[in-house]
Amino acid sequence: MHELAICQALVEQVNDIVRQRGARSASRLRLRVGPLAGVVPDLLVSAFPLAAAGTCAEGAELNIVNASIRVRCQACGAETDALPNRLLCGSCGDWHTQLTAGDELILESVELQLAEVSDRSLEVQDV
Amino acid sequence: MCDTCGCNVTPGNQAFAYKPVEKGATAVSVLQGLLKRNDDQATHNRAHFDSRGILALNLMSSPGSGKTALLEATIAALKREFNIAVIEGDLETENDAERIRAQGVQAHQIVTGTACHLDAHLVHDALHHLNLQDVDLLFIENVGNLVCPASFDLGQHLNVSLLSVTEGDDKPAKYPVMFRGADAMLITKTDLLPYLDDFDPARAESYLRNLANPAPVLHLSARSNEGMAAWIDWLRAQLSSQHKRLAAGESRRPAIQPEGAQLHAQAL
Repeated sequence: MHELAICQALVEQVNDIVRQRGARSASRLRLRVGPLAGVVPDLLVSAFPLAAAGTCAEGAELNIVNASIRVRCQACGAETDALPNRLLCGSCGDWHTQLTAGDELILESVELQLAEVSDRSLEVQDV
Repeated sequence: MCDTCGCNVTPGNQAFAYKPVEKGATAVSVLQGLLKRNDDQATHNRAHFDSRGILALNLMSSPGSGKTALLEATIAALKREFNIAVIEGDLETENDAERIRAQGVQAHQIVTGTACHLDAHLVHDALHHLNLQDVDLLFIENVGNLVCPASFDLGQHLNVSLLSVTEGDDKPAKYPVMFRGADAMLITKTDLLPYLDDFDPARAESYLRNLANPAPVLHLSARSNEGMAAWIDWLRAQLSSQHKRLAAGESRRPAIQPEGAQLHAQAL
């Protein structure tokens, strides 16, 4: 439903990065999406080409890393896995937990096609 | 699974995560929230509210759970005490804004067309149609939808989620993203409870606790006025907390826990 709006925001963000870095285009994007981000990864993948058409992210590959849910218990201190609608401590069962992973909606990295291919630009990797 | 951050890199998707860059390409680490532009606008909206001493609340629920009726009753109870303004979000019609204006307070209707949620930019545009001078309480009635509005920060200080007794009491379990972010859950239309044998308010509350959410659960009926006093008191207390925060130079975001993303970014 709202995944197209999110893809449009993603494309704007990628366009900014391409421009800032003086690159030609973006060829691969890596996202990290948690189950509690409220976004369906498959729908992002279907909406992305529509949002990217005619931009410098057109044709880019979208890789989504699915994060899993982790909670830290405020009662016993354990850090455990949890389900989206049961964020209880996996150790003592208390509901007073803090989410430590699982609500991410992050653009982790972008692979850019450089404007000019020179020996110097080969193998440049900030990741 | 990764021990550092709990991420789900498996042999199957490892290739995506660690693919070497091709010649003539460079990989740039970004680590920004995907909704950065929306979040920046929301931060701007929140600063705007704070500079005027306004408390902004985002009302979210499924369609028909009584958001507008709650606002009508709330305005009737509080309009002599506070200055109130309302932003209404709907796909079509000016109906809700007209209902609010009939209560004697200013309202601006955002007509989203086909969009299923409000975002920070739409709210910002709406602010230009309101006179915010001396406003104490700004209610933003989001589009009736338990899914999409949860993902967009509007600049509000508090999220209020409504669950009417004509719905299932397991809504918090079905829509965890929405109810996890609630600063208060209102069980509405309680005057109908005697006619319904399948809605258990205690069960609804236990599903909310399963989301690790300590938010107060208030039971009320805007029609019979039962339970409205506790809601009005909660609003007064929240406005007073807002004034204390502003005096201390602080602000507040809704109950969502953004630590997950932060911890993850630190771990990388």
